[in-house]
Amino acid sequence: MRKISYKIMLSCALFLVSLAAFSQNVITGKVTDSKDGTPVSGVTVTVKGTKTAVQTETDGSFKINAPAVAKLVFSSVGFNQQEVNADKAVVNVSFIRLNQNLDELVVVAYGTKRKGDLTGSVTSVSAKDFQKGVVNSSEQLLQGKVAGLEVTTGGGAPGGGSRIRIRGGSSLNASNDPLLVIDGVPVEGNGISGSSNLLNTINPNDIESISVLKDASATALYGSRASNGVLIITTKKGSKGKIRYNFNTQLSTGIVGKTVKVLSGDEVRAIINADAAKSGNNTFKLLLGTANTDWQKEIYRAAFGWDNNISASGAFKEIPFRVSLGYLDQDGILKTDNFKRFSGSLNLSPKFLDDHLSVNLALKVSNTKNNFADGGAIGSAIAFDPTQTVDASTTKFGGYREWLDANGTLIDLATRNPVALLNQRDNKSNVNRLVGNIQLDYKLHWFPDLHVLFNFGIDNSKGSGNDNIDSASATNYKTGGRKTYYEQRKVNTITDIQLFYSKNLKKLNSKFDVLVGHTYQDFVTKVNNFASFSYRSIADATNPQKKDTIAGSVPTFLTDKPEYRLESYLGRVNISIADKYLITASIRRDASSKFAKENRVGYFPAVAAAWKLKDNFFKSVHVLSDLKLRLGWGTTGQQDGIPYYSYLPYYAQSNSAAQYQFGSTYYSFLRPSAYDPDRKWETTTTTNVGLDFGFINNRISGSVDYYFKKTKDLLSVVPVAAGGNFDIQLLTNVGNMENKGVEFTLNTVPVKKQNLQWDFGFNFTYNTRKITNLLKQQDPNFKGIETSGISGGTGNNIGRFNVGYSPYAYYVYKQVYDGAGKPIEGLYEDLNRDGTIDEKDRYYYKKPASDVFVGVNTQVTYKKYSLGITGHGAFGSYLYNNFNSNNGVLRQIKNPINFIGNASVNYQETNFSNNQYLSDYYIENASFFRLDNINLGYNWGKVLRGKASLRIAASVQNVFIVTKYKGLDPENSSDTGVDNNIYPRPRTFSLGFNLDF
Amino acid sequence: MKNKLIRYIATALIVTVVAGSCAKKLDLYPSNDLTPEKTFSTAAGYKSVLAKIYGTLAITGNSGPAGNPDISGGLDEGSQVAFIRMFFNCNELPTDEALVAWNDQTIHDFHDLKYTSADPFLKGIYARPIYNITLINEYMRESTDAKLAERGISGTDAADIKKSVAEVRFLRAFNYWVMMDLFGKSTFITEDDPIGTTLPKEISRANLFLYIEKELKAIDADLAPVKTIEYGRVDQGAAWALLARMYLNAGVYTGTTKYTEAITYAKKVIGAGYALYNGYPKVFMADNDKAKDEFMFVVNCDGLHTQAYGNTTFFAHAACGDEGVQYGVGGGWYGYRSTSAFVNLFPDNTGATDQRALFTTSKYGTSPAQLAISDVSNFDQGPHVKKWVNVRADGNPVSDSKKEFADIDFPIFRLSEMYLIYAEAVLRGGTGGDAATALNYINLIRTRAYGNASGNISAGQLNLQFVLDERGRELYWEGHRRTDLIRYGLLTTGTYLWPWKGGVSSGTAVDTKYNLFPIPASNIVANPNLTQNAGY
Repeated sequence: MRKISYKIMLSCALFLVSLAAFSQNVITGKVTDSKDGTPVSGVTVTVKGTKTAVQTETDGSFKINAPAVAKLVFSSVGFNQQEVNADKAVVNVSFIRLNQNLDELVVVAYGTKRKGDLTGSVTSVSAKDFQKGVVNSSEQLLQGKVAGLEVTTGGGAPGGGSRIRIRGGSSLNASNDPLLVIDGVPVEGNGISGSSNLLNTINPNDIESISVLKDASATALYGSRASNGVLIITTKKGSKGKIRYNFNTQLSTGIVGKTVKVLSGDEVRAIINADAAKSGNNTFKLLLGTANTDWQKEIYRAAFGWDNNISASGAFKEIPFRVSLGYLDQDGILKTDNFKRFSGSLNLSPKFLDDHLSVNLALKVSNTKNNFADGGAIGSAIAFDPTQTVDASTTKFGGYREWLDANGTLIDLATRNPVALLNQRDNKSNVNRLVGNIQLDYKLHWFPDLHVLFNFGIDNSKGSGNDNIDSASATNYKTGGRKTYYEQRKVNTITDIQLFYSKNLKKLNSKFDVLVGHTYQDFVTKVNNFASFSYRSIADATNPQKKDTIAGSVPTFLTDKPEYRLESYLGRVNISIADKYLITASIRRDASSKFAKENRVGYFPAVAAAWKLKDNFFKSVHVLSDLKLRLGWGTTGQQDGIPYYSYLPYYAQSNSAAQYQFGSTYYSFLRPSAYDPDRKWETTTTTNVGLDFGFINNRISGSVDYYFKKTKDLLSVVPVAAGGNFDIQLLTNVGNMENKGVEFTLNTVPVKKQNLQWDFGFNFTYNTRKITNLLKQQDPNFKGIETSGISGGTGNNIGRFNVGYSPYAYYVYKQVYDGAGKPIEGLYEDLNRDGTIDEKDRYYYKKPASDVFVGVNTQVTYKKYSLGITGHGAFGSYLYNNFNSNNGVLRQIKNPINFIGNASVNYQETNFSNNQYLSDYYIENASFFRLDNINLGYNWGKVLRGKASLRIAASVQNVFIVTKYKGLDPENSSDTGVDNNIYPRPRTFSLGFNLDF
Repeated sequence: MKNKLIRYIATALIVTVVAGSCAKKLDLYPSNDLTPEKTFSTAAGYKSVLAKIYGTLAITGNSGPAGNPDISGGLDEGSQVAFIRMFFNCNELPTDEALVAWNDQTIHDFHDLKYTSADPFLKGIYARPIYNITLINEYMRESTDAKLAERGISGTDAADIKKSVAEVRFLRAFNYWVMMDLFGKSTFITEDDPIGTTLPKEISRANLFLYIEKELKAIDADLAPVKTIEYGRVDQGAAWALLARMYLNAGVYTGTTKYTEAITYAKKVIGAGYALYNGYPKVFMADNDKAKDEFMFVVNCDGLHTQAYGNTTFFAHAACGDEGVQYGVGGGWYGYRSTSAFVNLFPDNTGATDQRALFTTSKYGTSPAQLAISDVSNFDQGPHVKKWVNVRADGNPVSDSKKEFADIDFPIFRLSEMYLIYAEAVLRGGTGGDAATALNYINLIRTRAYGNASGNISAGQLNLQFVLDERGRELYWEGHRRTDLIRYGLLTTGTYLWPWKGGVSSGTAVDTKYNLFPIPASNIVANPNLTQNAGY
């Protein structure tokens, strides 16, 4: 936005000299949105070449004095600037939104660019195109909106996080999360104690746009952190003019759409009774209860949410500002779950020294409060015996039903009562965060082509909380309950200095600009560790001197302060020749404290070119409004997920429960860590070819991109020779991976009439990933590296990393079925025909990642009404139904530890008595299409005696899902594809009111 | 002019700031962890590393009970990289002494005698001794006289460190013995192989035997005399005991028997002043440190300070179900029990006469119906073993009030074994001992077991089969059975069958390759110097 105001200032200055006096007329008029005819307030109306300017009112009307020969210039953020002759008394303007043409400014790495001048693969989504309805966390605004970007929410927990993947991710064991930049501050994505998702601290209402940087030519300026793409979040800023206010409020109710299918009390009784009659053993029959409890009903509820935001923006004493406050109170559908956010933001953009110095201050503060429900209740509710009641007849364990053995003592390994888990745990957290930066942009008085940008940014967050478990709780009764306090603080500071030089070479019909910068970023985490305490005054009767301190909870170190730093130089040149050929070249040099001196420095170059074909070859083809070819190549790195100091051997002290007795003294250990002195970042080289097109005045527009990513020095956890290091596996740079894909985006306006407009958008992504090397020494007998641990048994893994396969490909036995199509327990195909079924008969079958994902959005606007629908889907993905494999067996009902559990209805299909964890029967097609949102808007118009305008919106989220998958939800955010039942995503109904005044 | 100067200076300043480097600020160090130099700068640092080396046999990582394992590799910390638990799984589970009800990965393959090179449990037990040896080698490299002098460590501190070097060499020999016994060969590294230089070599069983033998003899002078060092650390007795055990099995390990040497070293131990502790069951209870006069080498466990899911905590939990109270644990794990074939080695398996028959709990007895196992995964079937119990003989409370973690120490060498080695070696023709002494030793064991002489045997009853059975009765669930059955040629053959041997309820013979475990495949992938055992 800084650039916009800068440009406006520049154009104003240019015309100052041509000031002349003419006869003045009073002109009135109204500005409406070309899209839906709604009034547009806050539009700056300037008499061209003068300082005379007014702003439109809330109903879009304006009144201005202008000479009849003059021109009126209409400008507003997000709209195409428009000039109209001032020759009439009434001038009505149908204002066209920016995205319909190529002049929109897009935020890119270290700057902004005209959309039409982009050379890399960048998609920017602005506020009006965000997902509607209840969205607590910013990344979810983009779900289904951008080709190549897959946002998968972790589940339905309020404020919960998501898995974000840009073009599939380029790493195996390091991180696959994109770099996140908030208003110029690259922030740490690793979260903080007490927060389930640091992105939920940013109020989505304060966001102006999110840029998704996809290919290396777009991201390479972020160097060693850019391999997984970059998301740049830009918050709303004020613009010059009258102060405008906005208030919006949204009420919502979420309900549980679907629960996991398990057996009823009657079904469990029938199974146990039949089994007892057959075996003559009544052990389990005697444990049966008489109830029919639907445990899932007991733990879920309707969840209410209330989101309120108020903002003011405009200019105060010539200083453009925006200030906002937000308050969100969101319940979870799991009882006791709640998320609250208080947020505030302040943006100031004053100018000094004859506009040579622009200052930009952006501050976002928030306080989030979580009341975390014990997520274990979700698993317990589907596994707890439905023949039992919630309450027991005793007062033990708070009166809740728990499994006791014949002596009346609790069975430690039995399923816990889910309702007790929720009610006997009080887990509250408090997270404060401040993200802010100040930018000083100084255009040298003696050399105006050059300006210097100084940026200081900070991301400071502190999370703390109390996680308390009642003394009556079956989980912690032995210590008389548990009280735990935790605290963590993260301070991330960045200091940037950048030089920008731009020059217009009129003779050569060319422009170029150069950026040179130096940046230094420091990430400090401060952890305070505390012991846990009992609710009793003596936690441990045998250790009265320790009072209420719970044995073994005293931390080894009271504090810790891990830190990492990154120092970089960067440079970029943009060249535009004849407005037809665009070339960008950039390089970044990163030095990271995570690596040994010899490996510390890396260079990340990129180059891209675009050719505006329309202007060259199709000038006379009027149906074609735009055609541009883009080519990009670049190298990026990836260092997230690498421990801070692991290139050196360190001796770490053990905790108080890991000591050894010599004589009568217990000695703590000092243990050397495994280390790889040669560790460095992963390097990904990306090639991208793209075509942007537009037809019929850009009513049909879109782009196609093909990309090919090759990662080398892949950070993989690979087996190392026992005795060669202090472990048998090591995170080291070995291996290669390839990613390739095609992205297609289409935006159309099939109908555009006075009162009716229909927009339709579609995006499609095909992505495929393959590991191409994993070993330092090649070995023909290499069977891959085990991954994807599952629930049930101990140490069972369902997936592998192996050369030639997609990461996490399932490695399973081939199930044999009977004539009726029923799987035969324990019978698998002898794939290698050696007469025995063993490990050698496992085979690779499917993989968790989707091949194709799509997003669809459409909007119909008719007069004051609008109807929007969005949806997204993924195809070719498979999940391992761990719930069925673990819970769909008789052993789950007749638990060998002498208690009764509940089973998946899948048991009725298989009648398995024991778990067959590694059968391909449990690998299920998880392709789906989900209708995310239907929203209906109505523009009420003026209220409060014309002082304000009101819009009302109603929406339904998570409307339906189409899938073959038998589990609860085919959309799973785990990379491993192991589905153990997520926190159900609620179906949410909301009603919102938006007031502008 | 002045203005121009200011401008030049300003421009130069900006350029300097842009180009200015903070490269030095990139050398960062952790605030709590120590560099090797700092670790080994004091005698206390040495002692903490020594504690770690001993502790590798008792617990699984740097955080008790779990969460920061020594060995990753996708293995389960509690069950797959714990020394005691894996030592038990390898040496007891394939035999008549133990049968597991769980469903964890390949755990059934042990009793079924069909383990493969992909077995994760084997991957764990291969990794554990080698990891321990890697630590020991590093400790030795840091403990040379030159290094101690350089660091200013002298006097009693230096003397104690020197002694500890002999101890860790014993521990290295012991860990290599485990490799030799289970896998028949090993990855071979010594203090001359620093971290990350070259791929470790492989050593054959016979050469490993020679190496261990040489090491144990070499450290004899540096080790503390018997019972002169603090509890928990090893002395000469441990080294002699290991030599006695190795020589008894030398025929299996090298093809050349060494019964005479077995007698020599068994005698050395027996003559060093050890004594059987009165009351067999107390030797396996929470306060069994009182029985230390019977132990040559013991792994200390403690419910508060030395917590793991794979030390004696495992014994006390895995052996019981809902009768956990009698085992001194909060809740049983419904896992391991024995078989009728083993329990019937006791003419009276109720424990009424021979106190070592610890099979009766409040819920389960030793009736023929109880002893039969028709469904392996049904823990209610089969004889429960109440040998390892987290209950103190003196009646005091155990250290962990939650009763999750056991205080029981794990004796690796006990005097009884030395008596039995002596007797067996004499019976097998070793010289330097005599039959009368052998009989006397056997009867010492039996007198302690019966509480009186009523169980004593006559010279005519003492034969090799009797010694094997007596070893079973005396040493069961202590990690001896597989080695014993192999020495007697009974593990894989059809001569002796027990319930579910080879995965068949009545028992069956299996391929002789199962006398050795396969080298876990992932090791061969990572280290091409290693070779697989025959048949795998």
